[in-house]
Amino acid sequence: MNQNVNESLAQSFGLSAEEYGRVLAIMGRTPSFTELGVFSVMWSEHCSYKSSRVWLKQLSTKAPWVIHGPGENAGVVDIGDGLAAVFKMESHNHPSFIEPYQGAATGVGGILRDVFTMGARPIANLNALRFGRPENPRTKRIVDGVVRGIGGYGNCVGVPTVGGEVNFHPSYDGNPLVNAMTVGIARKDKIFLSAAAGIGNPVVYVGSKTGRDGIHGATMASTEFSADSEDKRPTVQVGDPFTEKLLIEACLELMATDAIVAIQDMGAAGLTSSAVEMAGKGNVGIELDLDHVPARETGMTAYEFMLSESQERMLMVLRPDREQLARDIFAKWDLDFAIVGRITNTGRIVVRHHGIVEADIPLGPLNDQAPLYTRPTVDTRKQEKLNPARIEDRYGLTRALEKLVACPDLCSRAWIWDQYDSTVGGQTIKRPGAADAAVVKLEGLKRALALTTDCTPRYCLADPEAGGAQAVAEAWRNLTAVGARPLAITDNMNFGNPEKPEIMGQFAACIRGMAAACEALDFPVVSGNVSLYNETEGKAILPTPAIGGLGVLDDAARAVGLGLPPWLDIVLIGATTGWLGQSIWLREIAGREDGAPPPVDLAAEKANGDFVRTHILNGTIRACHDVSDGGILVAVAEMAMASGTGARLSAHPRDIPGHAFWFGEDQARYLVAVPDHAGFTRIAEAAGIPVLRLGTSGGQDLTLPDGGSIPIAALRTAHERFFPSWMDEHPGKSRPMEGQTDGNGSQ
Amino acid sequence: MTPGIVIFPGINRERDMAIALEASFGAKPRMVWHKDTDLSGIDLIVIPGGFSFGDYLRCGAMAAHSPIMRAVKAHADRGGYVLGVCNGFQILTEAGILPGALLRNASLRFLSMECHLRVERGDTAFTRHYHAGQTFRAIMAHGDGNYFADDATLDRLEGENLVALRYAGKSGAITPETNRNGSARSIAGILSPNLRVLGLMPHPEDLVDPLMGGIEGKPLFDALAAA
Repeated sequence: MNQNVNESLAQSFGLSAEEYGRVLAIMGRTPSFTELGVFSVMWSEHCSYKSSRVWLKQLSTKAPWVIHGPGENAGVVDIGDGLAAVFKMESHNHPSFIEPYQGAATGVGGILRDVFTMGARPIANLNALRFGRPENPRTKRIVDGVVRGIGGYGNCVGVPTVGGEVNFHPSYDGNPLVNAMTVGIARKDKIFLSAAAGIGNPVVYVGSKTGRDGIHGATMASTEFSADSEDKRPTVQVGDPFTEKLLIEACLELMATDAIVAIQDMGAAGLTSSAVEMAGKGNVGIELDLDHVPARETGMTAYEFMLSESQERMLMVLRPDREQLARDIFAKWDLDFAIVGRITNTGRIVVRHHGIVEADIPLGPLNDQAPLYTRPTVDTRKQEKLNPARIEDRYGLTRALEKLVACPDLCSRAWIWDQYDSTVGGQTIKRPGAADAAVVKLEGLKRALALTTDCTPRYCLADPEAGGAQAVAEAWRNLTAVGARPLAITDNMNFGNPEKPEIMGQFAACIRGMAAACEALDFPVVSGNVSLYNETEGKAILPTPAIGGLGVLDDAARAVGLGLPPWLDIVLIGATTGWLGQSIWLREIAGREDGAPPPVDLAAEKANGDFVRTHILNGTIRACHDVSDGGILVAVAEMAMASGTGARLSAHPRDIPGHAFWFGEDQARYLVAVPDHAGFTRIAEAAGIPVLRLGTSGGQDLTLPDGGSIPIAALRTAHERFFPSWMDEHPGKSRPMEGQTDGNGSQ
Repeated sequence: MTPGIVIFPGINRERDMAIALEASFGAKPRMVWHKDTDLSGIDLIVIPGGFSFGDYLRCGAMAAHSPIMRAVKAHADRGGYVLGVCNGFQILTEAGILPGALLRNASLRFLSMECHLRVERGDTAFTRHYHAGQTFRAIMAHGDGNYFADDATLDRLEGENLVALRYAGKSGAITPETNRNGSARSIAGILSPNLRVLGLMPHPEDLVDPLMGGIEGKPLFDALAAA
């Protein structure tokens, strides 16, 4: 390719005039076409975090149990028994809009590689999905493709998909969010890192062959969308989960030896970023000879080799005396294995192709002089606190509840999780829908991990700081609600165009809120991913800092679910003011999306959560569910639907209007089922924890304090109708009741 | 009886199966890589679930032509025990060890959920710890579990009493709603004429511990351990 390299070509590669000037200064000459490609992807928003880095530094990343925080392929925390959990969440938003199946599938593949590249066997996948309005005809196709893609990849590699969340909102019409999370387990003294070392050591390429797919994907992910974005379909990669499965097994087999010096998956920006990062982190140089790179197509140029985002590939630095051992392992798994270069002491990346030097770049300046922007910010205007007494309730409790449990944001997600293998591996203790967090046991041990993904984007739009704190607090609460000790989070920051001050303001404020919550809850960020430019034709998504939370249970048998057992007292933990601002009730029933979102009292979160966890672990609490979207009444209904056991609820306190009490979304609250409310209440009050008995469980109906009564079976039918009737168009054909079991509490 | 698990590339439920076998047999099963052909010393060959060779071409088709399948077939022909679950069942039909084929689920979607299986005969080495007519819970997780055979084959299977398990409701009733993947005559598992080979789609190995949500699959492995 002999195109003239100049400022206008640089611009078409996504580099600004100022950034191109910096390239010229570093190189001292006009860069080659391939060199310009390397600079443009390494300095893209996606790879360089140039707009977000200054803010991300505010997040708390340390705790005694953190082994590796942000900066490695994934975060690593000590979980006891000499083991570490390795986890991260990553977005694949832009590809999933253009080609939903492959976009979502390769998102799963990419995050799996980030985890097993550190020496961990993946044991669970989760996801956080946001889609546009269901009425938008395009949304249906995207939901179908994304769900099939996540299932198609995860089911085949044999890693259970155990949890996730889904929201709908018009702001995602042209820009769905697909955030995928993987959790793996490694011995804590056998964590593999990417820093290259050992002058002369071989650089080895393993996995799939390189093709022309995904070239400039990282750059695509760093721009807004326009109407012609579908023309970008060739920049979306194609996934091969079978090869990924082989790659996992082959890499783990090799990792059990002492052959690997450093290892890095080829993700965004492919060979370029893996080679640059490995050599850069190790303060060494690297030479690549592209003639040895396994190619799927003929006639590929150096530029194409370096920028391809073909999937299922890894780069490793090996001990030279272990080359044959490694070669044999990859031969056993029928995977390509090629020595494509050497580690040097030059501090440069040198790329040869057909004997010609196609790129020769000093690594120091490529990394250190990457652009870093403190972009201007504007704060979101605070909204007023709504007075619930001034918001009329024209629906009543029964009708509102029936409508809420059926609405797209609160209805059953069974249609989705029924397409994900959640049990492969035989360790899934709490499957999707059974508890507030998924619980996955560690094979052969009593210990288990609790896992969740959370974010409430409408809160983040109304008040990004409160919303950021709420997302972290809700993840912490969901882990607590199964009895787990929350350890750490991964964050996936999805925002609009950072060059707009109001968007950058949302980002900065969300980070402030998250940082405060992480600090107060001792819940550090250990890995993450930033996805900006989530806009189509100038319209930004809701600010969406998706949080993936991880906690640990010393004894898996202690975990509780949310299914309501019969003949227990239902008790509310946490203070209720009747907060209707930004609630689902307000949107779905009153048709309004205004008001300040509920404030997050981090001291109350900590105190209430610690109290709940203690009483789950000592066996007092038999079922637990956090109160979130939809408020108390929706939470009770969810507990009842999960087990098929009804409840009779008592009158609410007189000082709060009924609809505000039952549907308000005050934070830091849990519903718990206990055998003896009097004794439990005494203990809670003595500990200064707000506690209120709401009623008792039993029977097959949900009886409301206003006299209304709904059979649980009817609630379930309403709850389960939306997805099947929308996606499969078999109205009236719901899941058979008989085949269901709750897998928790009530047996 | 000594069990061994055959592993093809892409198989992914071998760990679940090993846990279930160890729980009933009291020792870890032998794991046999598909490039090996020596199955001597193994009395029960288990082919677990997964996506052998990525399910490319057709589920189980590539694995069925792998060299080790000649040894599996010889073992079956000699009257040895063979258990194929999910992809293992698909491989057994592709290899001609069991009749019929597993087609794409009628819903055209992957189905991951609990189901109930009705035991059609309780006098085999696999099902002796259940009794005919009882149902037990199992987990299904497959995209291609829709059992198909021509009417003559189905009539023969039923006539010779070789249908081992059917999809049913908890009480044993068989309706279109309980047959989620659309299998012919609600068939979930079938036996060879000598009753030594069982192929089934759902996963009894994933319900062998109360923490997994139940132990309804354990009697199948206990029965084999006692055979």
